[in-house]
Amino acid sequence: MSVFQSDDPLLQVRNVTRYYGDRIGCSEVSFDLWPGEVLAIVGESGSGKTTLLNCLSTRLAPTAGAIEYRMRDGSMRNLYQLTEAERRLLMRTDWGFVHQNAAEGLRMTVSAGANVGERLMAIGDRHYGKIRSTADDWLGRVEIESDRIDDDPRSFSGGMRQRLQIARNLVTRPRLVFMDEPTGGLDVSVQARLLDLLRRLVADLGLSVVIVTHDLAVARLLSHRIMVMRHGNVIESGLTDQVLDDPREPYTQLLVSSILQV
Amino acid sequence: MNDTAKIYEQGEYNFAYLDEQTKRMIRRAILKGIAIPGYQVPFASREMPMPYGWGTGGVQVTASILGEDDCLKMIDQGSDDTTNAVSLRGFFEKTAGVRTTHETAEASVIQTRHRIPEKDLREDQILVFQVPIPEPLRFLEPRETETRKMHALEDYGLMHVKLYEDIAKNGHIATTYAYPVKVNDRYVMDPSPTPKFDNPKIDEMAALQLYGAGREKRIYAIPPYTKVKSLDFEDYPFEVQKFDKPCGLCGAQNVYLDEVILDDKGGRMFVCSDSDFCEERRAAGHVGPMAGNPAAAQISGAQAEELTQ
Repeated sequence: MSVFQSDDPLLQVRNVTRYYGDRIGCSEVSFDLWPGEVLAIVGESGSGKTTLLNCLSTRLAPTAGAIEYRMRDGSMRNLYQLTEAERRLLMRTDWGFVHQNAAEGLRMTVSAGANVGERLMAIGDRHYGKIRSTADDWLGRVEIESDRIDDDPRSFSGGMRQRLQIARNLVTRPRLVFMDEPTGGLDVSVQARLLDLLRRLVADLGLSVVIVTHDLAVARLLSHRIMVMRHGNVIESGLTDQVLDDPREPYTQLLVSSILQV
Repeated sequence: MNDTAKIYEQGEYNFAYLDEQTKRMIRRAILKGIAIPGYQVPFASREMPMPYGWGTGGVQVTASILGEDDCLKMIDQGSDDTTNAVSLRGFFEKTAGVRTTHETAEASVIQTRHRIPEKDLREDQILVFQVPIPEPLRFLEPRETETRKMHALEDYGLMHVKLYEDIAKNGHIATTYAYPVKVNDRYVMDPSPTPKFDNPKIDEMAALQLYGAGREKRIYAIPPYTKVKSLDFEDYPFEVQKFDKPCGLCGAQNVYLDEVILDDKGGRMFVCSDSDFCEERRAAGHVGPMAGNPAAAQISGAQAEELTQ
């Protein structure tokens, strides 16, 4: 497949376990993620998918296990052994994080242009004109009109906010983007448009994506591979069409058969 | 026993109001601040006999550095005779008994709210600022834990987001006071509510600058001859306000001017905000375009009269 640009994994996850006291958040999760690959983590609420995503994105330290990431210089580094400064730099250059609720990922009180430009300024860009034209370009790519560049995201609809959040994350050309239910809370037609957009951007930029969703349709449209979680464990994983068309585990069969057929 | 530790009769104030232990604590904070230019040092700010916002931070700093042979000048918005300056000058006259002055050149310690004197300061002078909100990132990031981390990691992209917003909304950087600066290529600092007109004076200043925020319990400092750069964009460089007219009374150019309403018929004039500077120039024979105006003469006359008292 052409999307796999390299033989070396970008992200290596080994036996990641997170306990909340005695309770299991996620347990013994291992996988590799290759450049350009989209991995969907699916499961019902409380199955541990968001815990896993937070562990991967250094937002929540795992109780046990190791997560290694291939830095731009080609070296594999354990994420939890990076310094705070390195981790922050990674998060605002090489990574993106798209929240379910766009308000969490945006600065709601500054304009759309500044939202997109923030990462550029954080890594030392000091030319207003260039920052603004880059922001304008990115707004165009996520189908937000140029004349909205100076408006607050508060005046944006849910779908626009989500698209703005995506532009804000992609402006530094990250290699890995985490998404937590990016289409949650949007109505169906807006969801479809957003998925179209995401699919195009992911393919154009060759992004690696870890996407958490409970919506199997989203997983089918976007992802190459899928992991099904239940009670904190990965119970089934494989190519997306294979898992969804021919689920092996009874629980996966249940999930797949629960999709509403209109 | 140093000269500030004089024991007074019972019922009298300790020299400069604060007790000696408090002064030691504040001096330590000041020394740390000087060692790390622009870094906000937390300190155990005391209750002062004046409300927050009146300069409780600056007063504590001044009280801690004042000696008996010091000469103190108090500035409020550039002027020596507005409420804040008069009250705080009276406070130190009563509690420390030090000499006070209006003249910039004569003072060894100058406490200011907003303005830096027009006249260049010397190495043997100390400038104390009253600071309302010491954290330059505060209105962008409300969490103290987060702003501290941002300072520690030099994560200052957010500061430029604010300047970006200014340009996007107003076409130019519209921040006119509390204009953020980078001190010694390291810490981003808020030079209190000083107008940005005075920012160039902060850079490489000969005098020691101490900043005290009483309510927020922070002290920071800029040692003499320290590089202080006002933040800007390459294509929107930092620039100060320009006034198209000279001072109405003394005719000074390129100084910071205040607007003064003269009557209820729209009469007004612009005069030096630094009242000592203006008086000195007038005494030296400089005359501004409004000096002949009776209403204006009344104002400058009233100032002169107060001086002679």
